[in-house]
Amino acid sequence: MSFFKKFKEKMLGSTPEAEETVSITNKFKEGLSKTRNQFTSKVNDLVAKYRKVDEDFFEELEEILLQADVGFETVTELMDSLRFEVQRKNIKNTSGIQSVISEKLVEIYNAGEDDVTELQLEESDLSVILFVGVNGVGKTTTIGKLAHRLKGEGKNVMLAAGDTFRAGAIEQLQVWGDRVGVEVIKQSEGSDPAAVMYDAVRAAKSRGVDVLICDTAGRLQNKVNLMNELEKIHRVISREIPNAPHEVLLALDATTGQNALVQAQTFKEVTNVTGIVLTKLDGTAKGGIVLAIRNKLHIPVKFVGLGEQMDDLQPFDAEKYVYGLFADGLDLEEAEEIESDK
Amino acid sequence: MAFEGLAERLQGTLQKIKGKGKISEADVKEMMREVRYALLEADVNLKVVKEFVKNVSDRAVGQDVMKSLTPGQQVVKIVKDELTELMGGEQSQISFSTRPPTVIMMVGLQGAGKTTTTGKLANVLRKKYNKKPLLVAADIYRPAAVQQLQTIGKQLSLPVFALGTDISPVEIVKQAIEQAKEEHHDVVIIDTAGRLHIDETLMQELKDIRAIKEPDEVFLVVDAMTGQDAVNVANNFNEAIGITGVVLTKLDGDTRGGAALSIRSVTQKPIKFVGMGEKMDALEPFHPERMASRILGMGDMMSLIEKAQANVDEERAKELEEKFRTQSFTFDDFLEQIGQVKQMGPLDEILKMLPGAGKIKGLENAKVDEKQMDRVEAIIYSMTTQEKTTPEILNGPRKKRIAKGSGTSIQDINRLLKQFEDMKKMMKQMTNMQQKGKKKMKMPGLDSLFK
Repeated sequence: MSFFKKFKEKMLGSTPEAEETVSITNKFKEGLSKTRNQFTSKVNDLVAKYRKVDEDFFEELEEILLQADVGFETVTELMDSLRFEVQRKNIKNTSGIQSVISEKLVEIYNAGEDDVTELQLEESDLSVILFVGVNGVGKTTTIGKLAHRLKGEGKNVMLAAGDTFRAGAIEQLQVWGDRVGVEVIKQSEGSDPAAVMYDAVRAAKSRGVDVLICDTAGRLQNKVNLMNELEKIHRVISREIPNAPHEVLLALDATTGQNALVQAQTFKEVTNVTGIVLTKLDGTAKGGIVLAIRNKLHIPVKFVGLGEQMDDLQPFDAEKYVYGLFADGLDLEEAEEIESDK
Repeated sequence: MAFEGLAERLQGTLQKIKGKGKISEADVKEMMREVRYALLEADVNLKVVKEFVKNVSDRAVGQDVMKSLTPGQQVVKIVKDELTELMGGEQSQISFSTRPPTVIMMVGLQGAGKTTTTGKLANVLRKKYNKKPLLVAADIYRPAAVQQLQTIGKQLSLPVFALGTDISPVEIVKQAIEQAKEEHHDVVIIDTAGRLHIDETLMQELKDIRAIKEPDEVFLVVDAMTGQDAVNVANNFNEAIGITGVVLTKLDGDTRGGAALSIRSVTQKPIKFVGMGEKMDALEPFHPERMASRILGMGDMMSLIEKAQANVDEERAKELEEKFRTQSFTFDDFLEQIGQVKQMGPLDEILKMLPGAGKIKGLENAKVDEKQMDRVEAIIYSMTTQEKTTPEILNGPRKKRIAKGSGTSIQDINRLLKQFEDMKKMMKQMTNMQQKGKKKMKMPGLDSLFK
């Protein structure tokens, strides 16, 4: 049975438990439709164009991956391992190579690590989630969505308006707080963000909150002063609660190119990033940067933003993600298999 | 994970062709592969890269290697010239309507920086063009977007037209233009909501806004960090509503900004401004040549020179040079230097502009601690006049006193003295070098100075 087929069965199973999987998978499919169409139709064209697996085929495949922002180094690695695999399995024709490609993709995503896409939160005590990232990636929006999600799980959530710099940022978080129905701890614009965090942690403790989500101002990773400020924020939080922040989530814009790697690395150095939220994945034709980040920095992607609605934040699942990328290829391959069975 | 610049990349390839008189086809082919990598790492779109490489190859083959340049430098020069040319004319002007108000629309994806840029642009229009702009809050979708623009308006003391979030953007813009006419605002800048280029409903909304009064400028605001998708974004916006220019934001980050080239080459529309910081005056005209250097990872020497010129008094600079040469540089001069450097902005940003800064040993990861500079200042301020001019007299008790006065330790003072001596030596070397001609120069102590 082909890899895709196994995949599909897993994703679209008929057990009741699987039904939820189906709806999430569909969400991925929908959100990624643009990505998928672009990427798979290209791979399909490629397979149709070249009957044989030769250098031209590899070169063109390489270009498809480069255009998905996977990045030069990771693409080179991927191509090398693909070439090796093709040789080992003695694959001569392009039909069937799609499954090898997707296998390799999933392999990179899971690169020898356990799946830790779930948030690591305290069972019965206050947990703190700190959001960091450059300007305009969607931190505040993501916080709104995550608060909605956690509240739906029965958690008592509180937000801290740590972006005291950008005009309107506090109001923006407040609107989300009202929408979701959770309390927002804030001070006036221009106040010290570390002080806001201190207040928020205190308030969260005294009110028996389960999860405190902290917003911070967007900052470009090469601004040393701002990165120092972030370090201070981090320090203030961990001084109040020893294990906090339990999660430091880096929001990354899926349309970002190779700079995303530098972002991930620098923020990781300063705040010990525990996970990535890949935002705006519904619009971009890409998303390949996840591969590069996973490959080089081993930071897991924990959530993806697939739209502007409150429930458009989904836990990241490498297999579902790749399924989303290859859904069309799967149907195609299946059809071919049925064809050949006849 | 700093990416290597093109010049560094080419070095390896170049060893082989040293001393050749002409650049052969094979040489070019090899070097173009490096050019291709460099451009891809800078996020230039693959298709654009391919076309570009083809053009440059055609131009480079058979060229005589100039005497003053190595073949590698020659190739870099050709590549850079070609890039600069592609990036178009310098400092495009804004076109104003002959019948005011001039209407400017800001469009783009979510989070590109439209609202901030709207404020910055209004500021430029008022300061440089003597206009009286009205800002229009037409983003009714993102929470608090209206408040954001209103806050910016307050900061700049500029009027903001807002009708809340319950009225359609089309209606808001209609009324705003009416009000602008009544109150004699000669420019109307419309801050529209961020939208995906594939969102047909919202793209239609832009078309409707556009139809109210033909805008004189439609600026596509694009994040400089955008990857390969920049071409699709630019193309879709351009095809749907017809953009007249591009504003590239967040260029004060450390991205190479290859998106600039991609957008330019697919839309043929000029990049008019670049966003260089979070302050309201951080909007600058676009310089194609600087952008080309940046994409190729060659440093932004021009901006550095301009920054230095803006802050350094030439007379004083000459005096200082004299002091360097005669070794009569004192702690007072040193203090003044620190002051000037500080005025130029955060040091790490300045360092990043130096070409090849990533290559200088010890500098690649230089995290400049501005507080360290404050400490150095404190130490010097705690010295007597005599100590500042003749630091040789500093003995144990004197150092102890200075440490106490500046809140530092004796070790700090010793370190500073050592660095000061090193610096004097280096300065002497450098000034000697200038006279004798060029040698490879080392910069001992420069990086340790601020750590």
